[in-house]
Amino acid sequence: MGGVVTVFRRELASYFATPVATVFIVIFLVLSGALTFTLGNFFARGQADLGPFFTFVPWLFLFLVPALTMRLWAEERRLGTIELLLTLPIAQWEAVVGKFLAAWMFCTIALSLTFPLVITVNVLGTPDNGVILSGYLGCVMVAGAFLAVGAAISAMTKNQVIAFVLAVAACFFLTAAGSPVVSEFLSQRVPQMAEVARAVSITDRLAGFSRGVISARDIVFFASFIGFFLFANTVAVDQRKAD
Amino acid sequence: MTALIEIERLTKRFGAFTAVDDVTFSVAKGEVVGFLGPNGAGKSTTMRMLAGFVTPTAGTARICGDDVVDKPVAARRHLGFLPEGAPTYPEMSVTGFLEFCARARGFRGSELADRVAHAMQLTQLEGVRLQPVETLSKGFKRRVGLAAALSHDPPVLVLDEPTDGLDPNQKHEVRNLIRAMAPEKAIVISTHILEEVGAVCTRAVVIARGRVVADTTPAELAARGPSMDAVFRALTLPREAA
Repeated sequence: MGGVVTVFRRELASYFATPVATVFIVIFLVLSGALTFTLGNFFARGQADLGPFFTFVPWLFLFLVPALTMRLWAEERRLGTIELLLTLPIAQWEAVVGKFLAAWMFCTIALSLTFPLVITVNVLGTPDNGVILSGYLGCVMVAGAFLAVGAAISAMTKNQVIAFVLAVAACFFLTAAGSPVVSEFLSQRVPQMAEVARAVSITDRLAGFSRGVISARDIVFFASFIGFFLFANTVAVDQRKAD
Repeated sequence: MTALIEIERLTKRFGAFTAVDDVTFSVAKGEVVGFLGPNGAGKSTTMRMLAGFVTPTAGTARICGDDVVDKPVAARRHLGFLPEGAPTYPEMSVTGFLEFCARARGFRGSELADRVAHAMQLTQLEGVRLQPVETLSKGFKRRVGLAAALSHDPPVLVLDEPTDGLDPNQKHEVRNLIRAMAPEKAIVISTHILEEVGAVCTRAVVIARGRVVADTTPAELAARGPSMDAVFRALTLPREAA
């Protein structure tokens, strides 16, 4: 476990040692704020909650999280540091988990910096802060799922652009699978696939969280989803590290 | 003498291409083996297999008795490895980078600080300790990589081209450092600078097209022909071209 902590610390520090952290956080905050107040009709709804904000978060993460994960392994390959990292006396899964947790922590930090929205709704009305907290938990889960997919894809390719595009496609699939457009289309034409699409839909699950419902099913879904892709990531690193 | 590095019939194929073909040798404590060969002969691949970065197609390698495939973490604990090109994380400071490597090897607290300070002293990095690695010259970067490989005082050192990119003074320093450490360790250095072998190595292993073509002392190797260069050419070029 020591290896996980060591890799985690180095990775998290490296986000803040480069402009990655600033650019990511600033763009995330600007876009999430802007979308919540414009498209989300934050004021016109007249409700003291963060519903609109939580619906936009997966769509923002869809682009921003692959931007984080594309460099996770591809950059190590480009610099040759993968050879250094994987010849230190730490197991490969420790490097994989450490990198993932650092990226996850970074996304959580970015999310927590949207706290002015929470202050705003508390000033304007009396929201249920438990529901807001559960919504944030849902967003963290979505970030974790996207990161796990993106990191696994990054381990499979040397090329950062390919890693980015494939990760965006995968995250888009997870996000859009639950949308009415997709589910109507599928249930009319391939009803079996509609079941699958609903099952992997991340937006449906996030909707539950943002209503304040933390169900064991959803937690198990996210945990096993992340676990599976971290496992795939470890296998991919082992197979393709020296290519 | 106990062999700290044992390589037995090690083979690596990439598709149809055989990069390392049935290589066998062992290195005992006190030996400095110069691993020689033209570019693409399989030097780096052999060293990577030893470090557990490349998985062998066939054969085994053991470091201090621990198999690099079956017990990779235990084997790597005995090993100080300098990868080809001495890769480092560009945004980290020299101290930060060395601390990361030492921490990954299980050092904590004051021992961690001592290890890092000692490694920086051995490689003369104190003057740049807080600089980001990316701002350093090639020679300094190489020494940062070397310091990372030395920080835990490992019984086995595998250094892929440790003096590449260093100026003559720095080369001299690194060779002195290797000579000073030699009695306590088993060291393998790869190089294509032939004078280096005579200067630091107690043994020379020449590899060409993935096979070991000579395993002898540098003096004996030099005595085989008019010059070390000529011997190297005769050993490593295909028969018809030599």
